[in-house]
Amino acid sequence: MLTKRIIPCLDIKDGRTVKGIRFENIRDAGDPVELAKWYAEQGADELVFLDITATNEERKTFAELVRDIARHIDIPFTVGGGISAVADVELLLQAGADKVSINSAAIKNPQLVKDLASRFGSQCVTVAIDTKYTEATGWKVYTRAGTVETEWATVDWAKKVVELGAGEILLTSMNNDGTKAGFALDITKAISEAVSVPVIASGGAGNMQHFADAFNKAHADAALAASLFHFRELEIPDLKRFLKEQGVEVRI
Amino acid sequence: MDLVIVDYKAGNVQSVMFALERLGINATLSCDFETIKSADKVIFPGVGEASSAMAQLKARNLDKLLPTLEQPFFGVCLGMQLLCQHSEEGDTELLGIIPLPVKRFETELKVPHMGWNQLEKLQSPLFAGINEGDYAYYVHSYYVPLSEYTIAQTSYPEPFSAALHYKNFYAAQFHPEKSGPAGSQILKNFLAL
Repeated sequence: MLTKRIIPCLDIKDGRTVKGIRFENIRDAGDPVELAKWYAEQGADELVFLDITATNEERKTFAELVRDIARHIDIPFTVGGGISAVADVELLLQAGADKVSINSAAIKNPQLVKDLASRFGSQCVTVAIDTKYTEATGWKVYTRAGTVETEWATVDWAKKVVELGAGEILLTSMNNDGTKAGFALDITKAISEAVSVPVIASGGAGNMQHFADAFNKAHADAALAASLFHFRELEIPDLKRFLKEQGVEVRI
Repeated sequence: MDLVIVDYKAGNVQSVMFALERLGINATLSCDFETIKSADKVIFPGVGEASSAMAQLKARNLDKLLPTLEQPFFGVCLGMQLLCQHSEEGDTELLGIIPLPVKRFETELKVPHMGWNQLEKLQSPLFAGINEGDYAYYVHSYYVPLSEYTIAQTSYPEPFSAALHYKNFYAAQFHPEKSGPAGSQILKNFLAL
């Protein structure tokens, strides 16, 4: 059986992981490569690296880091942050990334999704969608790190990017992100049912039951969390054992 | 050992190189006929879309060379599909080495088939040390049906060819270079063939 994926997300600034704390077994938790290797050993199914200070100058540094990560870890990983052109993606894939995640650039230029899919294949194009619910608007897509509301209703945008060639959707609920109150099950379920490609639930994970709900209730294909793993509030082996008991197919 | 990776600008070349490097093997990346012909073993990676990959191979005349090779050969992911006869992806004529079709998943499940899935009915030295039910990483929308050349299968939801063996040509639909310790073992097994 295809298993549900558990994905730690690492934010990278100036080539270092942010939000990390000291890990007993790791010499340097700020070193993305050390941290990535540790997660791979813990049973993470994939990793996401987001370059949170992506300027043109820094993107070059990031590509070097991606190369270093690819050299050392033997599980798949996605990279994102500030990608706006085919050339950016080429650089990152050549460095050894398996997938790229694009967000604001897709909103600004939907044709980019199509160009990337035809050039590199849908399997490496993840479209990240930041979404927020208000009673007045329903679930809408936000861009520019969640600061700007777009015209797009979230389900419509998800369908649109899949039609353009996205091979996966990374859905982050801004209402839930950082709350530790659980994933946004309703919109995750709605997207998962609306599109034919895998959906990663993101934002709000606070305990093991939240992951079980994302898979069993919202039908997500993968679930992503950052600080919950980084601060070791939740260990991946424990999480996977719990999920298995809850009837979720996981790789142990 | 002289190991050559076929260079036709496939997306996962770097990952395969790094995986071999972790095994202590320095592979040569080349599209040169003599270099490929004289290699002890050849690895043929690939991700992306079938018709563009075939165009890249043809641009280097590799479509003429690869079917004539006689040393142990290992096609990975799209590199496996390209060895077959015809793909539904872009209605593409492939290298025609292994007489099998490549079809698109027709299922209610999500496509691409993306993530870790289990290897079953293992029947090749390629899987020495690998247990039934061990996991491998997949990401693909097209598949090769079961056949007499199938040496491992995976189900999504129906069983399909996880790996093939035909004459000197071995191939895997999953990504050994991204499949953790099990994947490394499979690469090691190929190198030991």
